[in-house]
Amino acid sequence: MATMSHDHPFDLEAIRKDFPILSREIHGRRIVYLDSAASSLPPHPVVESMSNYYETTHANVHRGVYATAEEATRLYEGARGVVGRFLGATDPNHEIVFTKNTTESINLLAGSWGRANLSEGDAVVLSIMEHHANIVPWQMLAAEKGIELRWIDIDSHGRLVLDNLDELLNGAKLLSVTAMSNVLGTINPIGELARRAHAAGALIHVDGAQAVPHLPTNVTELDLDFLSFSGHKVLGPTGIGVLWGRASLLKDMPPFLGGGGMILDVRTDRFLAAEAPQRFEAGTPPIAEAVGLAEAIRYIEQIGIGAIRAHEAALTSHALDVLNDRFGESLVVHGPPAGDDRGGVLSFTLGDIHAHDVAQILDSVGVCVRPGHHCAKPLMRHLGVPATARASFGLYSGEDDVAILVEGLEQTAKLFS
Amino acid sequence: MADLEDLYREIILDHYRSPRNRGELEGDGVVRVEGFNPLCGDEIVVSAIFSDGQLSDIKIGGQGCSISQSSASLMSAAVKGKSIEQVRQIIDTFKTLMTVHEAQLEETETSVEPEPVDLRSLGELAALQGVVKFPVRIKCATLSWNTLTQCLGEAGL
Repeated sequence: MATMSHDHPFDLEAIRKDFPILSREIHGRRIVYLDSAASSLPPHPVVESMSNYYETTHANVHRGVYATAEEATRLYEGARGVVGRFLGATDPNHEIVFTKNTTESINLLAGSWGRANLSEGDAVVLSIMEHHANIVPWQMLAAEKGIELRWIDIDSHGRLVLDNLDELLNGAKLLSVTAMSNVLGTINPIGELARRAHAAGALIHVDGAQAVPHLPTNVTELDLDFLSFSGHKVLGPTGIGVLWGRASLLKDMPPFLGGGGMILDVRTDRFLAAEAPQRFEAGTPPIAEAVGLAEAIRYIEQIGIGAIRAHEAALTSHALDVLNDRFGESLVVHGPPAGDDRGGVLSFTLGDIHAHDVAQILDSVGVCVRPGHHCAKPLMRHLGVPATARASFGLYSGEDDVAILVEGLEQTAKLFS
Repeated sequence: MADLEDLYREIILDHYRSPRNRGELEGDGVVRVEGFNPLCGDEIVVSAIFSDGQLSDIKIGGQGCSISQSSASLMSAAVKGKSIEQVRQIIDTFKTLMTVHEAQLEETETSVEPEPVDLRSLGELAALQGVVKFPVRIKCATLSWNTLTQCLGEAGL
């Protein structure tokens, strides 16, 4: 993956000032937000762009001829260009589909491309570390179409086992895999996976929900076919997601949801679908959210996604060291050691203390972490744990946050000793 | 913020560390029901034997957080050997304790004045009243109770 250049040094304190929630106190203490893998915080410019839009422009898109309707349409369509640039897409106007979130993007892919192109006996290859969003839509399709699901395993460090990948891909039509695990923090070798999928005659879809906000992700350099991600994990608003697909593939895919906005013509006995991407955007789309998403991406580009990755990688390495120094073997962090294939997601178990209890005590010192199965139950079963607590970083996270996390974990260990 | 000590009382931690009636009953006449909390993945297995109008034996299996595990342990101790009628009464009282506070926390305008819960009738179970100050955890506390209610249903009682 390419690293974008950036002109300014990474200034954590200046960045934090852009995130109003970070000045909140929780139970009398500074909020320590370590749940960016679930949802990132929006910086002020994103919130402002959306309220500006609602206060100065709002109108429905693609219909009115009046000035504000035309402005709204321009902003909404312009957001495709911003997203496309960020992803290195060659033809944003025909390749960026706005959805509700990553989950809907993958349901669209399974429901449209999958239903049209897969039939009984066809195989789709997934990995055991997938989020339910990249499992259940394929299971639903399997129940309907009789397709076969094959699973890439992981090793003891939480890395994909690729020794038998060619075997798994043999005769498969699609490899659908996450670029970064939302539990293990593993960053997968997407370029290699794309090469091997294509060599086997399969397409590749990448779940970019965790990777796009934290790593340079260029769909052209990686030679991908489809990529999904969510606005609310990339400093943008909830309610908007993206499915990027090659124009040549989207062009032949049937509609997913039917309704207004996705047609060229409707008669009583038939309809004619619009071209992609409008074909996949039935109903009034998330207009303000597209404005906010575009602003979020501009914000990230200004800092530089490469600089963000460097900051988070250093912080991840620091956190792994500190946790190991302080808790030793009593604290198990799942996933690979610090390094190029390690993202800022730390899922851990502390002794035999349940994740819910860990998260509860951490809350009392203002630390926001997530307990549970993280919508990855097949992976949790594979790891043999019912639940983990997960601390995950964003560009606004720092070593001071890790220090308070450690303080809270010390209190937890003491209470349950 | 509600105090953490309200949640993690000594009785609760004691039942978490040394759960009572732990395990699973086997054999004829055992009613076995699994309860799940899909939010956190906790699961409780309640196995019970009803005979002569009594809940004559009960065991608790499964895994979960300190609140779900201690609530299950406290429940098993409270209902074991009691008549079906008493079991129902204990379940009702406990659930009222939890739902009353849920309604208050949601500040529902239509919420009716709750029946006062006689905490003394709950004995050790009263230790769980602090849970209601932590709304997210109420589901942890009620998991085993809902599962026991299902057991009664399965047993046709």
